[in-house]
Amino acid sequence: MTDAASLRSRAEAVAAAYPPLLASAERLAANVQMGEHGRRRSGSGDAFWQYRPLVQGDEARLIDWRRSARGDEQFIKQREWEVAQSMLLWVDQAASMGFASSDGLTTKAERARLLGLAVAVLLVRGGERVALGASLPPRRGEAQLQRITAALTADRPEDFGAPDLTPMVPNSRALVISDFLGDLAPLREMLGKAVARGIRGTLYQILDPAEEEFPFRGRTIFESMAGGLKHETLQADALRDRYLQRLAERKAELHDLASASGWRVGLHHTNDASQSALLWLYEAVQGGV
Amino acid sequence: MFGALGFASPWLLFGLFALPLLWLLLRAVPPAPVRRRFPGVALLLGLKDDEQQSDKTPWWLLLLRMLAVAALIVGLAGPVLNPDARQTGRGPLLVVLDATWGSAPDWRGRMARLDAMLAEAGRAGRPVAVMPLSAPSEVGFAPAATVRESLPGVVPAAWPPLMDTVPLPEGDFDTWWLSDGLDHAGRADLAARLSERGTLSVYETPSNPMALLPASFDGGVVTVPVRRLSPGPELPVTVQAIGPDPAGVERVLADGIATFASGGTEAELQMELPAELRARVQRFVIEGVRSAAGVTLTDDRLQRREVALIDGGRNRETIDLLSPLHYLRQALEPSADLLDGPLDEIIPANPDVIILADVARLAPAEEEKLLEWVNNGGQLVRFAGPRLAASDVARDAEDPLLPVRLRAGGRSVGGAMSWGDPKALAPFPEDSPFAGLPVSEEVSVTAQVVAQPDPTLADRVIAALDDGTPLVTRKEQGDGQVILFHVTANAEWSSLPLSGLFVQMLERLSISSLTERPSAEQLVGTTWQPVQVLDGFGRLSNGDTLQGVAGEVLFDAPLGPDLRPGLYEGENRRLSRNVLDEDAVLRPAQWPANVRPQPLVAPAAKPLGGLLLGLAAALLLVDLLATLALGGRLRGAAATLAALMLIAPQDGRAQDDALPEITEEQILAASEVTLANILTGDQALDDLAFAAMRGLSDTLFDRTSVEPSEPRSVDIENDELSFYPLLYWPITPDQSRPSPQAYGKLNEYLRGGGMILFDTRDADTAALGASSRNAQVLRDLAAPLDIPGLEPVPSDHVLTRSFYLLQDFPGRYNSRDIWVEAAPEDAVQIEGMPFRDLNDGVTPVVIGGNDWASAWAVDERGYALRTIGRGYTGERQRELAYRFGVNLVMHVLTGNYKSDQVHVPALLDRLGQ
Repeated sequence: MTDAASLRSRAEAVAAAYPPLLASAERLAANVQMGEHGRRRSGSGDAFWQYRPLVQGDEARLIDWRRSARGDEQFIKQREWEVAQSMLLWVDQAASMGFASSDGLTTKAERARLLGLAVAVLLVRGGERVALGASLPPRRGEAQLQRITAALTADRPEDFGAPDLTPMVPNSRALVISDFLGDLAPLREMLGKAVARGIRGTLYQILDPAEEEFPFRGRTIFESMAGGLKHETLQADALRDRYLQRLAERKAELHDLASASGWRVGLHHTNDASQSALLWLYEAVQGGV
Repeated sequence: MFGALGFASPWLLFGLFALPLLWLLLRAVPPAPVRRRFPGVALLLGLKDDEQQSDKTPWWLLLLRMLAVAALIVGLAGPVLNPDARQTGRGPLLVVLDATWGSAPDWRGRMARLDAMLAEAGRAGRPVAVMPLSAPSEVGFAPAATVRESLPGVVPAAWPPLMDTVPLPEGDFDTWWLSDGLDHAGRADLAARLSERGTLSVYETPSNPMALLPASFDGGVVTVPVRRLSPGPELPVTVQAIGPDPAGVERVLADGIATFASGGTEAELQMELPAELRARVQRFVIEGVRSAAGVTLTDDRLQRREVALIDGGRNRETIDLLSPLHYLRQALEPSADLLDGPLDEIIPANPDVIILADVARLAPAEEEKLLEWVNNGGQLVRFAGPRLAASDVARDAEDPLLPVRLRAGGRSVGGAMSWGDPKALAPFPEDSPFAGLPVSEEVSVTAQVVAQPDPTLADRVIAALDDGTPLVTRKEQGDGQVILFHVTANAEWSSLPLSGLFVQMLERLSISSLTERPSAEQLVGTTWQPVQVLDGFGRLSNGDTLQGVAGEVLFDAPLGPDLRPGLYEGENRRLSRNVLDEDAVLRPAQWPANVRPQPLVAPAAKPLGGLLLGLAAALLLVDLLATLALGGRLRGAAATLAALMLIAPQDGRAQDDALPEITEEQILAASEVTLANILTGDQALDDLAFAAMRGLSDTLFDRTSVEPSEPRSVDIENDELSFYPLLYWPITPDQSRPSPQAYGKLNEYLRGGGMILFDTRDADTAALGASSRNAQVLRDLAAPLDIPGLEPVPSDHVLTRSFYLLQDFPGRYNSRDIWVEAAPEDAVQIEGMPFRDLNDGVTPVVIGGNDWASAWAVDERGYALRTIGRGYTGERQRELAYRFGVNLVMHVLTGNYKSDQVHVPALLDRLGQ
């Protein structure tokens, strides 16, 4: 399932429907890098922006002589300011993500990898720099995609993952994809650090339909995917309401965390189409402008 | 015993009362827990169950177990279906058997059953008597053991039961009637008589007797009708024709299958038999049916005699009605095979009869042969006429080919120039073959040839006129005979040929054979001796010891001990009397309302214990599966089971894969040279590339013998590539990376001799070595492809001369930077040769950036879509671009053919030196 070449080609197929995504950059101050990133204002770049009449203080070498020769006034040719943005991506690869309630469904990990890489492909096409978790610092270009793809195919042994955006490039954006079913303390800690560095981002929760519906009956022993946690019940159907209540509480907690830090929260089920999920992510990454 | 169901050990059934106890026990045991992997378990931690009581065992599982145990208990109690019922009754017992051909097929079974029944009666101390109705006789009651000893002597007869003449024993008795299931006259009366004496029980077997009706022959086809008693399912029946083979050994000469339609009682077999084979058939039988009705004997009716007609005046031109052969032909045609031709050709064919009509003299050689034929058993029939009368044949001495000596000239009576009236026929003498035929008064004779008085004459006359002069004479000659009609074969001398008597006389003389059964009147006065007779099983036995049968009763009297079905022989002729005649219908037996036939063989007692124990085992197995399913442990087992079950369907699918559906378009693409571009996902570029392929195809069509069909755009993910000799692949940065399957297809395509023209379309801004955006994409896309080492096109590459002589390969741009498969390193230029001897085959890829699509593209009307360069120079560049395209396609299609051809002038040049 996690063959690197096939993951890459499927991710590109999902991303193909979108124009290269130009992630917005909220804070330009410290993290400006030259790139194909139109800022709707004049500055250094390749694309033509406007002709402006020469004003006091402009250097003579800036005069565009071709334009100025057509009249009596001197003009200066200005270009659009283009910058590049950094994106911090974290995809949960822990054992809990390897769950699929039926054979027809993909696992949560599969879907998370696909969406994460699709976003990465769009960003790289747009000239952005993308980092993956603690392992890959932000870089641009095709080679980075290769590295991300390879890193995404690895599985982690522990039951639940803890988000880690370690380089914490200031004023960058972040995307965290997980099922958020484990302990939320590491997430809370991570969000605290991120907000301190001016990082804004998105929490994207991926759930299996069985986790939303709890369709179990009878005497059952529930085990976590790695086998670390166990819970035995005599009548699983009697637990349903209380489980759903706890799940709703977990979602609400996630929302509270996110809104307190200025982040966004998204929810996706593995039985929904991945295209619509990418559409939401596309809007979420653009929405920060 | 409980009705038809009995138990070997009924007390075991009390175990059923223990079932409710079991119910309570089973309820108490909870089902095993299910283990599930579930990431949401983190949210469940700490939740307590509301009730401590576990889930109950589902009621249907309990019911299943109850049923299993109940089946076990009942099974062990030894249930028996149809336990052996015993006969009841006391007093004398008369057993009446139909004993006809209808009961012959299962006779042995009947007798075995009857033997068992008699043994039963013997144990009850009842005196018994057995009476076959086909041969009823006085019987007295005797101990069963005695009667059982005589049972093997009772055999079925080939005739129906004689119910009118049954002598019943004295006193009261019970009757068992073993019926054959067929309708026979007098059955109801006899049943009434038997019922008066005591209880009448009728036994029938469920058999469905089949019978053959007499075969008929018409137009070369033998038709054998087959009948059965009651409608049933569709049933093919094999009918065999049996007779002696040329060596005289009896064998099956032919067979065929008659099929009863479903619900029908009639079938028919039609056989086309050659005349030689047909003449040898003695009987038809239904294969596998041992019954007199399963045999139908044939006789002369099935045969045709070969009769040769020879006319004295072959050269005479006469109208038909005057032809001496016309009346003979009319009379014989329906019943004989007629031969025509000169005598010397006919004799070797050895016909049965030769008729000479008014033939006087024969050539000596012919006469000798004819005499030899007669001596060997031939039958020669001669008719008189003017020629015979005028000739001096047999005038002084007896001619071996004439029965009597003749007087010269003949005589004429009743004419205008003669005295007396025309003569009528005298009654036929007793010893004549015509004896019994009615003498028709219409027949009158006006002229005849007259026999010389002779001591032997009286014996030889078989028909005479009322004045005593012979009309027909006959003599034995060797093994054959010679017959003379003293009149003509046409109506010139007598009205005999016009009468029906003429036909009958020919039949009596066996010149013509019968086509229908002769009527009683026709047979009056004849006696028929049985040759072979049928017994009830359909076996033939010798009939020599039986008495002869009078002709008038042969077909009209009912069959009986005195008139058995069989083959009867009369004078010169054999007739068969069969069990059933042509219009016979089989009807089921009708019994009075108070008599209900019982099956002769009662259904066997059937122990059901094993069945119920098996059911219990099956239920327990289902219980096991259900328990596993409840415990969630069934997945593995179910998967194994499903895999086993799916083996066959998977095989079927594999076959489907082996033969993918072939579309119309694929057939078109495969049948013509078709150029194709690869879809990149960029609509404008794809349209342009398609237009380019169209432009190149049109150019090829106009200028070369390559006539491509309409180009196509292919999707490397889904379409089959192997139909296209050349794929044009423009590179765009937006191109998504193909799937591994698509790469597999591309590699297969390249290995199979296909060519891909990669076009980065940026030769204006970048050299290929430099890292332009498109070049990067191309490098990326092409990395997994199986591409050999490349080099820039060398100046002696075959691409430079495969059609046009070219040095540049321009498109919209004119860069020299075109890469093809590298030449082998050891390729060296031989001195005096203009080119190196380069690699065979076609370069799998051509890579360049000249944007050929823009130069080649035309719209539907053939106008160029894009401007190339400026003015005339630009058009010249477009022309060169087309020439490159032509060279490229030629290279793909012909390989290094041009590379070889261009050597020819150099070789010739050297040879000349």
